[in-house]
Amino acid sequence: MKNLRTLLKYFARYKKKLFLGFIFILLSNAGSVYVPLLLKDSINALQHNATEAQLLKYALFIVGASLFAGIFRFLIRETIIVVSREIEYDLRRDFWAHIQRLPLRFFQNNSTGNIMAHATNDINAVRMFLGPAVMYSVDTITRLLIVLVILLMLNAELTIYALLPLPFLSILIYKVGKKIHEKFTIIQEKFSQLTTMVQESFSGIRVVKSYVREQSEMDRYAMESKDYMKKELALVKIQAFFMPILFLITGLSIIIVIWVGGTKTINGTMDLGEIAAFIVYLGILIWPMIALGWVINLIQQGEASMRRLNKIFNQSYEIEDDENTDHSIKNIHGEIDLRKVSFRYSEVHPWILKDVDLKISAGSTIAIMGYTGSGKTSFINLIPRLYDCTEGEIFIDGKNLKQIPLDVLRKNIGIVPQEPFLFSDTVMNNISYGLKEIDPKRVYEVSGIAYFDKDVEDFPLKYNTIVGERGITFSGGQKQRCSIARALATDPKILILDDSFSSVDTNTEEEILKNLKRFMNGRTSIFISHRISTVKDADHIIVLHEGNIAEQGKHEELVARDGIYASLHYKQLLEEELEELK
Amino acid sequence: MANDYNSEDEVLGKAYDARLMKRLLSYVKPYKHYVIFAILLNVLVAALGPVRPYLTKIAIDKYIASSDYNGLMLIGILLFASLLFQAVMQYLLTYFTQYLGQRTLYDLRTQLFNHIQKLALKFFDKTPIGRIVTRATNDVEALGELFSSGIVMVFSDVFIIVWILAFMFFMDVKLSFVTLSVLPVLIYGTFLFRRKARESYRDVRLHLARLNSYMQEHITGMNVVKIFNKERSELEKFSNINNDYRTANIKSIFYYAVFYPSVELLSSIAIGLIIWYGGGEVIQSTLTIGVLFAFIQYTEMFFRPIRDLSEKYNIMQTAMASSERIFKLLDNKTFIKNPENPKKLEKIDGKIEFRDVCFAYNEDDYVLKNISFTINPGETVAIVGHTGAGKTSLINILTRFYDINKGEILVDGINIKTLDKKDLRKFISIVLQDVFLFSGNIESNINLNNENITREKIIEAAKIVGADEFIDQLPNKYEEEVKERGATLSVGQKQLISFARALAYNPQILILDEATSSVDTEAEQLIQRAIEKLLVGRTAIVIAHRLSTIQNADKIIVLHKGEIRETGNHQELLAKRGIYYRLYQLQYKDQELAAS
Repeated sequence: MKNLRTLLKYFARYKKKLFLGFIFILLSNAGSVYVPLLLKDSINALQHNATEAQLLKYALFIVGASLFAGIFRFLIRETIIVVSREIEYDLRRDFWAHIQRLPLRFFQNNSTGNIMAHATNDINAVRMFLGPAVMYSVDTITRLLIVLVILLMLNAELTIYALLPLPFLSILIYKVGKKIHEKFTIIQEKFSQLTTMVQESFSGIRVVKSYVREQSEMDRYAMESKDYMKKELALVKIQAFFMPILFLITGLSIIIVIWVGGTKTINGTMDLGEIAAFIVYLGILIWPMIALGWVINLIQQGEASMRRLNKIFNQSYEIEDDENTDHSIKNIHGEIDLRKVSFRYSEVHPWILKDVDLKISAGSTIAIMGYTGSGKTSFINLIPRLYDCTEGEIFIDGKNLKQIPLDVLRKNIGIVPQEPFLFSDTVMNNISYGLKEIDPKRVYEVSGIAYFDKDVEDFPLKYNTIVGERGITFSGGQKQRCSIARALATDPKILILDDSFSSVDTNTEEEILKNLKRFMNGRTSIFISHRISTVKDADHIIVLHEGNIAEQGKHEELVARDGIYASLHYKQLLEEELEELK
Repeated sequence: MANDYNSEDEVLGKAYDARLMKRLLSYVKPYKHYVIFAILLNVLVAALGPVRPYLTKIAIDKYIASSDYNGLMLIGILLFASLLFQAVMQYLLTYFTQYLGQRTLYDLRTQLFNHIQKLALKFFDKTPIGRIVTRATNDVEALGELFSSGIVMVFSDVFIIVWILAFMFFMDVKLSFVTLSVLPVLIYGTFLFRRKARESYRDVRLHLARLNSYMQEHITGMNVVKIFNKERSELEKFSNINNDYRTANIKSIFYYAVFYPSVELLSSIAIGLIIWYGGGEVIQSTLTIGVLFAFIQYTEMFFRPIRDLSEKYNIMQTAMASSERIFKLLDNKTFIKNPENPKKLEKIDGKIEFRDVCFAYNEDDYVLKNISFTINPGETVAIVGHTGAGKTSLINILTRFYDINKGEILVDGINIKTLDKKDLRKFISIVLQDVFLFSGNIESNINLNNENITREKIIEAAKIVGADEFIDQLPNKYEEEVKERGATLSVGQKQLISFARALAYNPQILILDEATSSVDTEAEQLIQRAIEKLLVGRTAIVIAHRLSTIQNADKIIVLHKGEIRETGNHQELLAKRGIYYRLYQLQYKDQELAAS
C-alpha cells in the first residue's frame, strides 16, 4: 500500500471537496436506509386499519426519502468522482512535466509504447482507485454498518439468522475472486503468447512462405488458439459459478427471513412490515457485497500501477541547471573546445568516444566524417548537452559547458537531427517551432535558404499545409530541408547538421550549401556527412574512427594522406560514376 | 507493437449495422441449434426469479394468515428449490453460452489468421505489423463480449421482463398498470441518458485520442523538444489537451450522476404508488397484503434488466467497430493466385530460365527490365549490383512472392505461373540476409516444425554447415530455447542456423541473399565454409557480398538500374573495366586486402 502514499499530496489538494463527498455519502445512505423503515410502517399500518391519508403520507415519505438520498448520490459523484478526474489531470500533468525533464537516455532505454502505457493504462488504473474504489469502499462500509445496526434493532434474532449465510458469501467471494485472478493471469499470459505468435508469424512471413510452412503455422495457431479457448473456458467455469452462488446465498437469506420471520409472525412476535423491511434491506446489501470484491481488485491494480509510476517519478533529471550554473551568461559566441572528452552510454557499454581533443574557433566551419558507428552523432549530442560527457570537459567561449544555463546553451545551438522529426502541425508552425512567436517573414526567409520554399509553393495550403498522416506526407528530402529551415529560424550561433543532406540530391545540396555559407557568416557550423561533396569546403575536416580523431585537416591534405578520407573520397567518385552510367 | 498506436482504432461508429450484424451472425450459424436451445432454456430459467415473489405472496396470504406452519415450510422448501434450480441452470447456461461464444471466436480467430497467412507479400509491405496483430488479436477479443454474453443475454433480459409482467398481470391488472406507469418515464429517461452519455463518451474518446497522439508524437520527438528548448511551452500545450480531456470527463460524470439516482427515485415512486394505490385497495379488501409484497419485490426486479439492456448498447458499439475492421481485412484479396489446374512437379533438375522479365512493385515503375538469362542445373550464379539495382526483386519473383508484369520465368522449362506455388517453393529455399528466428528452440528453428525432418537430419545439416559446434556447447543443445528474434544468439550463429535450415530442407534450388553485416573473422571463416558446402550439388543464385562467393561462382550477373549489364566470370569482368570493375573497387576490394 505504501506506493499509494504518493497520492496523499494530491488528496490534500482536494481535501475539502473529498470531505464533503464523504458527508454526502453518509447523508445519502441515511436517506436510502430510511425507505425500508417507511415500508415497514406502512405495511404494519395496513394491517391495523390504515387510512388513505396515512398511506399517501407514507408513499410521499418514501419518494421524499429517495429524493433526498438521490440528490446526495448525485452530489457524491459530482465531488468524489470529479476529484478523481482532477487528480488524474494533476497526476498526468506532473508525469509529463517529469518525463520532459528526463534525459534522452530515458527515451532511449524505454520504448514509446512503454512510456505510453504508463501515461495511459497506469494513470487510468490509479484513477479507478481514486474515484470508484474510494467512493464505493466508503459507501459500502458506511451502508453496511448502518443497515446492520437497523436490522439488529428491528430484530436481533432474525438478523443473526438472515445474515448467517453472508460470512460464507464473503469467504466465497474472496476465494473465488482469488481463483479468478489466478486464471485471469494465466489467460493474459496465454493471450500475450498468442499475440507474440501472430507477431512472429507475420514478421517472418517470408520465411514461412519460402519454406511452405503456411499449413504448419495455421495448425500451430489453431492449436494455440484452442489452448487459449480452453483456458478461457476454465475461467468461465469459475466465473459462471460466481453470480449463481451469489444469488443462491443472498436468496437463502431472504428465504430464511420469509420462513423464520413468517413463523414468528404466526407466533405474533413479529409483523409483516418487518419482513418486508428485512427483504428490502437484504436487497440493499447484495450490491455492496459484490462491489467489495471489485473494489479490492481496483485497489490492487491501482497500487501496482502507482508502483510503476513511482519508479518513473523517482528517475533523476541528470542534466539540469544546478548551483554551478553561472546565470550571468546570457550569450554565446561559438568557440568550442573539447578537452580529453570520452563518452559511453553506461558502464556496461563500450566507449564511443575516447580522449577526443578538439578546438573549434568561433565562426569556423568544421566537418566530421567517419563510418557508421564511429561516434559522430554522439559527438554532436554532447554540445547541446543532450548527453553529458563521461570524462573530460567541454568549454564554450572558454566557459565550462556545465556552467552555462541550459536554455542559453540550447537557444544558441541549432541542430538538424539525423532523423528529421516533424510534428503533425502546419509547415509554418513546424519551421517556427524554435521561435517564441510565429514569424512568417523569417519562415519565408529560412525556407528560401534551405531550398524548401519552392516545395511549399506546390503544397495545397502552402505554409498552412499539415505535415504527416493527417496532411501530406513529406519525402525524405523534404523532411530534411524543412528541418534545416527550422534550425535556421532560431538564428543559432552554432549550427549542427547531422547527415542532413542524405536524402537531398547533390545539386540541391550544393545550392543549400551555397546559401548556408552566406547565412553562416560569423557563426560556427558543424557538419556531419557521408558525402565528400558536403564536407570538402569546410575549414577543417575531422575523420572519426572508433571513437578517436583518426585524421584531420583540409580536403586536399586529407586526400593526399591516402587514409580513410582518401578511401571514402575514391569510393564516392566510383559511386558517382555508377550513378551516371545509363 | 505497442508503438503502433493509430487513430483508426479510436473511432466508434454506429451501434447497429444490419450488414455487419448479418455477417457476424453467420459465424454463429454452425452452432444454430445450440443457440436456439440456449434461448429456449433461457425462457424457462427466466421464470425462476419472478416465481419467488409469487410464492412469497402465497406464503403471506395463505399460510401466515391462517397460521399454517407446514404450509409456510412448504413454501420455504419451494423457494429454496427454485433458487437452487435457478442457480444450477444459470450456471449451466452461462457456461454454455460462453462456450458457444468462445467457439465462435476461435473460428473467427483462426479464419483471420489463415487469411492473413495467405495474403501476398505486397500486403505485408504496405501494412504495419502492429496493425495486423491488433486486428488478429485485440479486435477479435473485442467481439468476445458480443458473442459470449451479448446475444444470448439480451434474450434472457427480455424474457425476465416478460415473465415479471405475466406474474404481475396475473395477480392484479389494475395495480400492474399503476406500477408500470413509471415505465414510460424510465424508458424515455434511459433512452435520453444513453444518447447523452454516448455523445459525451464520444467527446471523451476524441479528447483521449488527441491526448494519446500528442504524447505518442512528443515522446518520439523528445529530442526535438529538448533541442529547441520547448519544454515549457510544450507543457502548456499538453496541459491544455489534458484539460480538455478532464473537462470532457467531468461533463460525462454529470449524466451518470443524474441517471443512477433517477432510476432509484423512479423505483421508489413505483413503490410509493404501490403503497398508496395498492394500500387503498387493501383497505377496501380488494387486494391482499401478499400481492402488495410481491409487487414491491417485482419493482426491484424489473429495473435491472431494463438498465442492463441499455448497457448492451456499448457492447454492440464496440463490436461493430471491431467487426468492421476485421471484415475489411478479410475482404482484402491481395493474393498470388495459384493456377486452376497446376502442373505437378515431382522432381526437378534445377534449370532456371528468365525470358524478357519485367517487374514493377507499383505500376509502370519498373525495377527490373527485360531480364533474360539461363542457369543450368548445379550452377552457381552470383548477382552483383549497387544498391537499388534490383537484386532483391530478382529473387522475390523467382518464388512468386510477387508476380512479374512481362516475360516468363521457367524452372526446368516449365513456366512457374503454371505450377502450384507450394510445389515451386518446395524445391526452392531462400536464405535471407536478415535471419528471422522464431521463438521456440534450436530444433524448431531448423526444421520449422516440420516433423518429417528428424533430429538426425537436423544434426546432420547443422554439422555440414558447422553450426553443431556452438549448438553442442549450449546447455540444452538442440532444445535450447530461442527467444523472440533469436535475441540471445550472435549474428554469426543466427546465420549458421539459417543455413542449417536451408540445408535440412534439401532444396534443388537455393537462393542466398548474403548478409552485409559484419561478423568477426572467426565467424566469417565459418560462414564462408558453410556457404561453400551449401552450394554443392544445387542450382544457386547468390546475391553476393563476399568476394570468395563471387570468385567461386560459375557466372556473375551484373545488375545495374534494373538491367543486366554485364555477365561473365570474375577475371573476364574485371578485365572489362566496366560496372563490375567499379563495384569490385567499391565493395569487394577491401575484403581482398583484409584477407591478404
